[in-house]
Amino acid sequence: MTALDAAAGRNDPDRLVHEQVSLASQHTLGHAERGLASKRVVTAFGFWIFLVSDIIMFSAFFATYAVLVGNTAGGPSGRELFNLPNVALETAFLLVSSFTCGLASIGARAHSGSWFYGAMAATFILGAGFLSIELREFASMVARGAGPTRSAFLSAFFTLVGCHGLHITAGLLWLLTMMAQVFAKGYRPDILRRMLCFSLFWHALDIIWVAIFTVVYLMGVAQ
Amino acid sequence: MLGKLGWAAIPLDQPIPMIASGVVGLVIIGVLAWVTLKGWLPYLWREWITSVDHKHIGIMYVLLAAVMLLRGFSDAIMMRSQQALAFQSPGYLPPEHYNQIFTAHGTLMIFFVAMPFVIGLMNFVVPLQLGVRDVAFPTLNSVGFWLTATGALLVNISLVVGEFARTGWLPYPPLSELIYSPGVGVDYYLWSIEISGVGTLLAAINLVTTVLKLHAPGMTYTRMPMFCWTTLATSLLIVAAFPILTATLAMLVLDRYLGFHFFTNDGGGNQMMFVNLIWAFGHPEVYILVLPAFGVFSEVVSTFSGKPLFGYRSMVAATMVICILSYTVWLHHFFTMGAGADVNAIFGIASMIIAVPTGVKIFNWLFTMYGGRVVYSTPILWSIGFMVTFVIGGMTGVLLAVPPADFVLHESLFQVAHFHNVIIGGVLFGAFAGYTYWFPKAFGFRLHEGLGKAAFWCWITGFYVAFMPLYIVGLMGMTRRMQHYDVPAWHPWLLIAAGGAAIILLGIGLQIAQLVISIRRREQLRDETGDPWNGRSLEWATPSPPPAFNFAVLPNIQGAEAYWGMKQHVLKQARLDAEPAYADIEMPRNSPTGFVCAFFASFMGFALIWHIWWMVGLAALGAYATFVVFAWRDNDEYLIPAETVARIDRANRSARSAAVARHEAAP
Repeated sequence: MTALDAAAGRNDPDRLVHEQVSLASQHTLGHAERGLASKRVVTAFGFWIFLVSDIIMFSAFFATYAVLVGNTAGGPSGRELFNLPNVALETAFLLVSSFTCGLASIGARAHSGSWFYGAMAATFILGAGFLSIELREFASMVARGAGPTRSAFLSAFFTLVGCHGLHITAGLLWLLTMMAQVFAKGYRPDILRRMLCFSLFWHALDIIWVAIFTVVYLMGVAQ
Repeated sequence: MLGKLGWAAIPLDQPIPMIASGVVGLVIIGVLAWVTLKGWLPYLWREWITSVDHKHIGIMYVLLAAVMLLRGFSDAIMMRSQQALAFQSPGYLPPEHYNQIFTAHGTLMIFFVAMPFVIGLMNFVVPLQLGVRDVAFPTLNSVGFWLTATGALLVNISLVVGEFARTGWLPYPPLSELIYSPGVGVDYYLWSIEISGVGTLLAAINLVTTVLKLHAPGMTYTRMPMFCWTTLATSLLIVAAFPILTATLAMLVLDRYLGFHFFTNDGGGNQMMFVNLIWAFGHPEVYILVLPAFGVFSEVVSTFSGKPLFGYRSMVAATMVICILSYTVWLHHFFTMGAGADVNAIFGIASMIIAVPTGVKIFNWLFTMYGGRVVYSTPILWSIGFMVTFVIGGMTGVLLAVPPADFVLHESLFQVAHFHNVIIGGVLFGAFAGYTYWFPKAFGFRLHEGLGKAAFWCWITGFYVAFMPLYIVGLMGMTRRMQHYDVPAWHPWLLIAAGGAAIILLGIGLQIAQLVISIRRREQLRDETGDPWNGRSLEWATPSPPPAFNFAVLPNIQGAEAYWGMKQHVLKQARLDAEPAYADIEMPRNSPTGFVCAFFASFMGFALIWHIWWMVGLAALGAYATFVVFAWRDNDEYLIPAETVARIDRANRSARSAAVARHEAAP
């Protein structure tokens, strides 16, 4: 990075002002300064596009659930199965974990080890707590003979909610890897970009959970 | 230990797959031995297999598509000859084999020929046209390519180990459920498409980000070449359509592997849910394929007519309108579902409306040629052949969009003729036009014109001879996918169609000859300046082949048709602009991540197909470890020193200066 870029980066970290960049490009800099956007913007934008595709995948599962919700094949319906206080607790865990994830991002930006590791650890514990409540719910349903092979409704339920749970699992694995990386490499720009993607991912899972909470649990109990 | 895998999986009693795979195996061993003996393996590893250069990845995509085209076409020849012979006789292909062949043909041609061909062209061309040095995510690009290759590998392994699906290229349940398809055929289909689908999604995310976020200074959206616009539209469609495919096939996987009830007959499953979801992907998919072809035709028609593209803004609007409308018509693939007259009418009308923006495009190309000085070289022959053929295919499509007509023609050979008419006439002709047009940019020499033209005439004649008879037998009531038949009136038409396939075979032979002869005569066909066709967009501002960094100095774009403007300026002043100040260039370092990842993905896919669970776990662990290793590296860029940049650019500048002098000397 040249001095010019460093100066531009300080005042305008996301490089939203294009004039400076076109000035810089006359100096024929590396591929980092290739065009209108900085690496940070490019990475975050690309990750947003990935999240869009992920949400579209969920929308296919939601659509299937909505179509199959009444096909209980003589088995139990959501009204008989869902335990709202349990799900409320799950929701609370996940929403608070989003908050701590936000704190971790701020900690990483401020290069503050205690904030970063502390908030990441809290996020992990809350996420793992969410996951364990979900797995207990699944296990109790299977034990009552209401597993995914019982009916089309339960297939759709386990797939939609389980897909979110798999995302959370992947997110926890990513979280630990992220902590190890910061520990080993420090707050390098590329690692901060990954942290940005991780927090986008974690918040997106929250949004999907809000939809699951509404469409699956609240509407399921109301039926 | 090895799940369902055993010696019985290898079809030793069936001569056709055994001989075919034996020949393929020998060819692979031969190529590997040749490459090893020549000592090219390190070069291949360094410059191609681990390359994150968008140009190399693009070329590898196109190569994959070309090889798979040969495989898919041999399936086509077998189907045509079977139907030519199977009049009141069983023919030479037993039904279970015939069913695998039409399934493999459709799967390969869509997912492993058309898709990699257009993605390869986009990968190669788009950064050059935008005036930038690489795509947004170079390593991800390599991962995407190698995952696509994994999918292709799995489909081809099914030839030797086990079997392929017998369900058609979209595996409709309940036929594809475990109870009716107990073998591994459908599993081969599912895992190869799931894995390659991830690769395609990564490629699309990369291209959307590249087009929207990386440009040379001054390259605003309305100055981008048309091909960049169609790339953007196609990539957006992939981002929005492929996740639906992933989800739908995942549900079928759950049905088959864990006894779920999404699409089963019992337990409250709903088969039409699958059909709806798969076409919510499948219809955008046809535009995913054809939009890049439209982009190629826009470039080719404008270049070879010596005129700017007529109605650029209407072309952009038409592309984006198609992008949106493509999500509103999926139900026309199954008007017979029983959704009722109102629903069918709405989808019928929506389908017909798509013909409007497509018609806008056809008129734009015609008006671009009108009044231009059209140079009839091979790429524009493909373009004109496309315009005529595609209009016919579009009109039969509008016919099929009329629900009452569709009730009669549904699943008939009329429908088969229609979609071959638009896919061969649209996508494949576009891919061949792009291949001929950008070949000199990729390799530094042109393709032989005469053989190219001969191949074009064989293809277009062969196409009409092979598929017009299918429209006729379709109207006579012949349904698709028939292994044998007893109707005398169909027989002559199917004999003619087989003749058409033979003419196409001749065309493919001529294309191979064209490639071989062009390589041998590359010195005569050399493209010295980097601008062999008097081009208009920025890729022609680079040397052929372009250096790793594409542009020594990022161009400063002053208007639409960036390179044409620069060229006119240079020709007017009769000399090049002063030499720019060269600087060091940072480029992304090559990485084996993509290849290693695909290596593990191949094992994982194979293990999932055969229920070898320990191997699934190991491969997943390996893929995760690969990512961690990649994430841990410290140096992801290398520096190309300013002297090297200057040396490469000066060589090209002197060739271009000579060209300017020749232009001056000409009367």
